[in-house]
Amino acid sequence: MAQLLKLVPKEATPGTLAHDVAVKYGRERRHLIRMLQEIQSTYGYLPQEALRVIANELKVPLTEVLTVATFYHQFRLEKPGEFIVMLCMGTACHLRGNAANYEFLRTYLGIKPGKSTTDDGVFSVEKARCFGCCSLAPVVMVVSRDGSYRRLYGGVTPAKLRRIVAEHRAKLAKKR
Amino acid sequence: MSRCCGKCWHSLEYPCRNYIRCRTEGPLCHDDQRCRELRSGRARYIKEGPNGYRIKVPLASCSIAAGAKEVLSAVKEVVNSLGIPSDAVKTVGCTGLCYLDPWLELKAPGMPAALYGNVKPAEVEGILKKYFIENDVSGAYAISERTGKAKGEGDVPTLSELDVWRLQVRYVSRNCGVINPESIEDYVAYGGYRGLDRALRMSPEEVIEEVKKSGLRGRGGAGFPTWLKWRICRNQPSKEKYVIVNADEGDPGAFMNRLLAESDPHRVLEGLIIAGYAVGATKGFIFVRAEKPLMAERLQKAVEDARKHGILGRNILGRGFDFDVEVILSAGAFVCGEETALIAAIEGRATPRQRPPYPAVVGLWGKPTVINNVETLAHVATLMAEGWESFAAYGTERSKGTKMFCVTGAVRRTGAYEVPIGTTLRTLVERIAGGVKEGRKLKAVQIGGPSGGCVPAHLLDTPIDYESLRDAGAIMGSGGIVVMDDTACMVDVARYFTSFIVAESCGKCFPCRIGTKILYDTLTRITEGKGTLEDLEILESVGRVVRDASLCALGGTAPNPVLSTLRHFRDEYLAHIIDKKCPAGVCTKLLKYRIDPGKCVGCGTCAKHCPAGAISKDEGTGKYVIDQEKCVKCGTCVTICPVNAVMKEV
Repeated sequence: MAQLLKLVPKEATPGTLAHDVAVKYGRERRHLIRMLQEIQSTYGYLPQEALRVIANELKVPLTEVLTVATFYHQFRLEKPGEFIVMLCMGTACHLRGNAANYEFLRTYLGIKPGKSTTDDGVFSVEKARCFGCCSLAPVVMVVSRDGSYRRLYGGVTPAKLRRIVAEHRAKLAKKR
Repeated sequence: MSRCCGKCWHSLEYPCRNYIRCRTEGPLCHDDQRCRELRSGRARYIKEGPNGYRIKVPLASCSIAAGAKEVLSAVKEVVNSLGIPSDAVKTVGCTGLCYLDPWLELKAPGMPAALYGNVKPAEVEGILKKYFIENDVSGAYAISERTGKAKGEGDVPTLSELDVWRLQVRYVSRNCGVINPESIEDYVAYGGYRGLDRALRMSPEEVIEEVKKSGLRGRGGAGFPTWLKWRICRNQPSKEKYVIVNADEGDPGAFMNRLLAESDPHRVLEGLIIAGYAVGATKGFIFVRAEKPLMAERLQKAVEDARKHGILGRNILGRGFDFDVEVILSAGAFVCGEETALIAAIEGRATPRQRPPYPAVVGLWGKPTVINNVETLAHVATLMAEGWESFAAYGTERSKGTKMFCVTGAVRRTGAYEVPIGTTLRTLVERIAGGVKEGRKLKAVQIGGPSGGCVPAHLLDTPIDYESLRDAGAIMGSGGIVVMDDTACMVDVARYFTSFIVAESCGKCFPCRIGTKILYDTLTRITEGKGTLEDLEILESVGRVVRDASLCALGGTAPNPVLSTLRHFRDEYLAHIIDKKCPAGVCTKLLKYRIDPGKCVGCGTCAKHCPAGAISKDEGTGKYVIDQEKCVKCGTCVTICPVNAVMKEV
C-alpha cells in the first residue's frame, strides 16, 4: 500500500498552471495582464481552459478576461507553430515590400485562409507592429513557441524567406 | 564603483552623499596619491582601453540583425594573435548611423580612431591587421582626427567633416555607440548620474524651476511643457504618487526610444529618478513594449545595477529619498502610447478614458501620476547635469532644445539623428540622410506616424517645430520620419496608416470605431479601382467627424494621413478613381504581371516557384505564360527569373 502512495507526478495542465499563477499574484484583478503573460510564456498561447480558471479565480466573468486577452496584440488564443514568423508591418517595411512578403509566405507555406498556422504545426505567420529596425527594412523576426529562441532578419525577400523556412525546418529536424 | 581604500565608508545602509562625484573626482573624503591614481587610472582604462587600445563593436537590435555578433566573434578570434589585449574589445550601443551596420571602431595609441562601416566577418582580420600592424587607415569610412601618424589619413574624411555627423547636435545621444550600455560603471565614468547628484542637492521645487527655465517640452509628440506636468502633480495633496516612463514606442518607423534605451539606458533611468524626486513619488514604472525585447532587457539590467549601487532604493545618495522602479512589459497595443490607456494597461484593463481629469491629478490607481517619454527623461538627466542653459542654447523661441529623429524609407542614409528643433526638413532629409537614391525623385516626407501627415517635396524647407509642421498639415509626433520617393503610392500609404489605426482602435467610442473603418473601406475600394468621386467627399467629411468627435488622440489624429494626402496629392486619388491606374505601380489589384516572350528562355523557374500555380508553359511557343486569374501578385517570378523577363505593368 505504501508503494502505491508514490503517485505519478501531477502533470501541469493549463488549468493547474493558471491556478498557480493566479495564486502567485494574489488573485488580484489588477495583475491580470501579468498572469496572462506568464501563461503565454509557457504554452506560447492562452489555452481556453487556463482562461476559464483565471476568470474563476479572479471572480470575474470569462468575457472580461477575453476582453483583455483579445485587445492586446501579444496574446494568442490558438496554439502557434513550433516557429512563429513575424513580419514587421512598420512604415519603412511596408514601403519596401513586406506586404507582398506576407502574401508570399502564406501561399508558399500553404496556410489556409482564416488560419495562421501550417497544417503540420511547424510554422505560424503573424504580423508584428514594428520592431524599430527600420534601417534593415523589410524585417522579419522568427521566435520559437517556448520563447527560448529569437532571431531578426533584415532585407527580407521571397528568396530569403525560402531560405529562412528551410533553415528552421532543418533546426527542428535536428532537435527531433 | 568600488572603494579606493579602507577609508571609504560608503555602503547601502549608510550611503555617502558624494558617492557619484567621488567616482570621477575622488577620493573626496581623504587625500591620498595612491587612491587618486587608482581612480584616474580606472577612468582612463574605461575611456581609453588597456594601454590605449580599443575595438568597439555595436550590439543593439539593428546591428545584431545585420550580423554584429558574427563580427564580434571574428574580432575575438583574431585579437590575441595580433598582440592586442583581449579586454580592448568593447561592446557598445548604436550610434544611429544605421546604414553602416555592422560597424567597427578601432583605436591604437598615436593613431586616430577609425570607423569602418558594413563590416563582414570575413573582412575583420584584414581590417584589424591593416590598422594595428600596418598603421594604415585607408578603407575606413571616417576617422576622428588627423594625427599625421597613420597611412592613408589624408584620403579618409574625419567624422566632423561629414554632413551626417557635423549637422547633428548629440545632446542626449552623446553616449550612444560610445559606452557599454550594460555597464553602470561606464555610464558614471562618462559623467552619468551627475544630474541626479545635482538634483538631490536642490529642493524639488528648484528642480522643477530648472526644467521650466530650460523650456523642455514632452518629446513623445504632444509637446506639453514638462515642468508644468510635474508642478501639477507635485501640487496634488496625495502622499502616494507615481512616475512612469512611456517606453512603448508604438509608432511604426520610429525607434529613437529603442536606440536610447538599448544604448544608454541609465540616462533614461536617471531622468525617471529625478522626475520622481521632483513630484514626490516613491515608485516609478518603465512601460516597455514586448516587441522590442532587447530594449526591455537593457532597461531591466540598468534598474538592477542601480539598485545594487544604491541609486535606487532607500535613502538614495544619503538624501533621505526613497524610490524604486519596476519594469512592466506591455502586451502590445498602440493605444497604450496614450497616457490613460497606458495606465489602464498597468491596471490590467484595456481602454483609455476621458480627460480631464488628467493623469497628473488622477492617474494610476487613482493617484497623481506623471508619464514622460523616454527621450524627455533623457533630456532631463542631461540638462540637470549641465544646467538649463545647455539645453536652451538650441531650438526656437517656442521650442527649445534638440530632438532625435529617425529617418527611414527611401533615403541613402537611414538612421537616427539628433538635431536642434527648427532645423529644416531639407537639412535633415537631404544633407544629413543623403536624400533619395540615384535615379529616384523625392515625393513626400511622412512625419508623425499614423497620427501624422505627409509633407510634399515642395514644402521641404519647413522647419521642424510643433507649429510649422501643424501648418503644413503634419505633426512633429515622436520623431519618426519616413521618406517616400516616386515608388510610393500616396493612396496606398493613407490606406496603410488607416488599417493600422483600425486594428489598434480600442473600440470604446463610436466615431473612431466606426469612422476609421469607413475610411479604410473607402480607401480599399479606391486602391482596387472601384472608387468614385463621391468617395473623396466621404473621406473628407467622415475624416472631420473622426478628428473632432473621438474620445482620445488616437481617433483624433487618425484621419491625418488621409486628409493630408488628399490635400497635397489629390491627383493620385483621381488617377485611381478616374483612370483606374496606380501611377507608382504599387496597388496590386491595378497591376498586371506579364512575361515578356522576347526575353523568356523557357527554363520554367518561374512556374516551379509560383506559389499559386499560375504559370504554365505554352506548348506552341515554348514560353511561359501567367494566368492573371490565379496570380496572387506576390512578385516571386519577378525576382526569381534569371533573365528578368517578368514585367510589372501599371
